Amino acid sequence: MEFQSCVKIINEWDIVAARQLGRNVAKELGFGTVDQARITTAISELARNIYLYAGQGSVCIEKLNEDGKSGLKIIAEDQGPGIEDIRRVMEDGYTTSGGLGAGLPGAKRLMDEFDIESIPGEGTTIVAMKWLR
Amino acid sequence: MRIPILKLYDCLLVSIQWELDDVTALQFQEDLLHKIHETSANGVVIDITSIDFIDSFIAKVLGDVFSMSKLMGAKVVITGIQPAVAITLIELGISLDDVLTALDLEKGLEKLQQELGD
Repeated sequence: MEFQSCVKIINEWDIVAARQLGRNVAKELGFGTVDQARITTAISELARNIYLYAGQGSVCIEKLNEDGKSGLKIIAEDQGPGIEDIRRVMEDGYTTSGGLGAGLPGAKRLMDEFDIESIPGEGTTIVAMKWLR
Repeated sequence: MRIPILKLYDCLLVSIQWELDDVTALQFQEDLLHKIHETSANGVVIDITSIDFIDSFIAKVLGDVFSMSKLMGAKVVITGIQPAVAITLIELGISLDDVLTALDLEKGLEKLQQELGD
């Protein structure tokens, strides 16, 4: 079993806890300061989305080791309302909360791999990965 | 915890020394506007040298602080944006185009003096 650590997202403070966890793991894995900032920012966006739109959920951080490559995986999961139109939420500037609408498209650009699965009425799972270069 | 706001002649100085959570960021926004009102400050320098990442929420708060202060008649300069912060902000798609920035506190104060025209 690979390393995995999770933070439950229930309130604003959990967003801080999730990104601190991510940053610590990124540091341990040997990511540089820019990648650490990318990973921390992506986690912050995903955790805040859970808090804002689903009310609660979890963010898990995994260390990856595939074919001699190391990396970090973020799994953001909730049982919230789900996303009706995924293409729409991936557009820059689209927001339903009065924010900047940068969260999801931004997090995707900050990470190497990014995948959303969402079922309206059941919840959303976002998996994002960053590989160590 | 609240972020201290110092008065220096007709300016306010803020150095953000720790990672901002949402509540602290919003509290700061309010505190700063009250302090501008209270002291009739013309300018504000916010130094974020110690901040190693900014997400879209904090970016929005900083951008709003800039616009709100402007509305009240005070200029805000943000200083000390780290390379990693600049890179991630642009990748996020946030350019904070209208916000005045400077490399460090010293240059920030100089810029503020220029902006205020003396």
